[in-house]
Amino acid sequence: MTTLDFTNVTKKYHVRGSGTLLALDDVNFSLTSGQTIALVGQSGSGKSTIAKILTQLERATSGEILLDGKPIPRRGRGLRRYRQQVRMVFQDPFASLNPYHTIRHHLERPLRLDHVVPKDQVEDEVYSLLERVRLDPASTIDRRPHELSGGQRQRVAIARALASRPSLLIADEPVSMLDVSIRLGVLNLLADLQRESNLGVLYITHDLATARHFSDEIMVLHHGVVVERGPSDDVILNPQHEYTLALRNASPDPDKHFAGPAESASTRS
Amino acid sequence: MATETDASAAEPTLEKPTQPAGRPTPRSSWVRVAESFAMFRNRKSIAGLIIMAVFAVVAVFAPLIAPYDPLEKDYQSLRQAPSWHHLLGTTHMGEDVLSQIIYGTRGVLTVGLIAGVLATFVAVLIGVTAGYLAGWKSESLSALTNVFLVLPGLPLIIIVASQYDNPSIILISAVIAITGWAWGARVLRAQTMSLRNRDFVQAARANGEPLYRIITVEMLPNLTAIIASSFVGTVTAAVLGLTTLAFIGVIPITNLNWGTILFWAQQNGAFPDFWWWYVPAGLCIALLGIALSLINFGIDEYVNPRLRSAGERARAMRKKGLSATSGVTAVRMVDATPGEDGTSTSSKPAG
Repeated sequence: MTTLDFTNVTKKYHVRGSGTLLALDDVNFSLTSGQTIALVGQSGSGKSTIAKILTQLERATSGEILLDGKPIPRRGRGLRRYRQQVRMVFQDPFASLNPYHTIRHHLERPLRLDHVVPKDQVEDEVYSLLERVRLDPASTIDRRPHELSGGQRQRVAIARALASRPSLLIADEPVSMLDVSIRLGVLNLLADLQRESNLGVLYITHDLATARHFSDEIMVLHHGVVVERGPSDDVILNPQHEYTLALRNASPDPDKHFAGPAESASTRS
Repeated sequence: MATETDASAAEPTLEKPTQPAGRPTPRSSWVRVAESFAMFRNRKSIAGLIIMAVFAVVAVFAPLIAPYDPLEKDYQSLRQAPSWHHLLGTTHMGEDVLSQIIYGTRGVLTVGLIAGVLATFVAVLIGVTAGYLAGWKSESLSALTNVFLVLPGLPLIIIVASQYDNPSIILISAVIAITGWAWGARVLRAQTMSLRNRDFVQAARANGEPLYRIITVEMLPNLTAIIASSFVGTVTAAVLGLTTLAFIGVIPITNLNWGTILFWAQQNGAFPDFWWWYVPAGLCIALLGIALSLINFGIDEYVNPRLRSAGERARAMRKKGLSATSGVTAVRMVDATPGEDGTSTSSKPAG
């Protein structure tokens, strides 16, 4: 059981010419393995800043991130051990895989870096990782990213994140760049993997519908402040904060229909 | 539904036990090396490389190819026009011009190669580091690059070279490299800065890849085309620099190259009558410049396919039976269904 505590985290960016930008203002939450939290908010609300701080690509201006009660070491082996526990799936599968390297390279590197398996078993592990994300290992392993479809790439990115056997996974809008028709498949895969390995998932999104469907808890971020949090259904069905309400009203309602199709077709041409 | 097919397509294979024997073997390092030369696989680059290869063969086998010793003096035949004895005529001392050109290729290519390698090494080192780092470290490296960018190269080389009685080839190359690395570093810095923020580099960092591996394994392979083009550019500059220096007499005559030939021709009043003395050397310089430029154009096209000339595209379209001037989009004519309001028909001129 791993618990990550994000306590009183504030992040300021210095913007040339216009002083400082407060990206995160005293944000608190904790994530335990097996749990899924959805982090919802519009662009610029600080969602990705939380992801960057969690992966230690950036450091918080103040506040603490505790993994099982211990602060993250700033460098060296301790930082690597933290990173082995907390992995991230990036938003854009077209950008998050190195165009020059094969899928084999992408999956081998984390295995070798964290000494997950003995050297002679690395290849077997790569195969089983690809199988876990429902890709055919033999035909995928020596391809380059550009030879795969968006959905396949995101599966590879998920396999890469799982390679180090983390206990917590940050998924930064993992399906927003994918074709609508394959989004559900990737999300279901994530949900399955979470159940299999009892992962704690921070699901960052701006899509309330999938947030409700896939997470136990929803946290709404607005201008760097957590304005509302609670069990998914409560937040969606009974929003307390006006921003949440606005978000909910902004998402299309399947019960309301647009005006007749013939009418819209004629106006378009 | 597409998800289902996506997932189920792979599933049947999962049920079979994977046999290690049936696994594809990883690409060998030779295949990968060959793949990284893809940027030279176009007509322009190949043409340039062929010319370069001919020059290289001439330089390596100079003693076998040259009909005479380049400095062998034949006082019986001075300033002779081309003949069967001396294919490109002779100098005022009776030396064979063709042999001098052939041996001169060695000096030109050696200096070009050494200076190119040195300058590219410095450019990669400083450019990529400056691009990857941020803050004052990056700024100071960038300032250093700018200083070398505005340094007047030729005067500096003249000053340095004139400090020595007999500067070695290595020294000349080093001085040319010192004045020539800055452009490459500048371009590489810009490209590295844009690569640094790409997700795959961030992902490597988040995985805990050490800095040296991020730079050498994740970033450098994506910069090969720019490094190659920077190398070709510095070789061109080095060749031109060397011949210029030799022509104005800064480089001692013991270093035989095309510039030295021009120097002697000029010193001894070869212009304009004794054309065989200076025209071949000038043509060789031009030809080498063209070859290097062709290679660079090829790399440019590889990096940015849009640069491929419009003429080529038009030719390709004509082959397919299309006219380059007509619209590319095929317009499908749809009958407007009668009965509906007439506004949906696009054929109405009123719009």
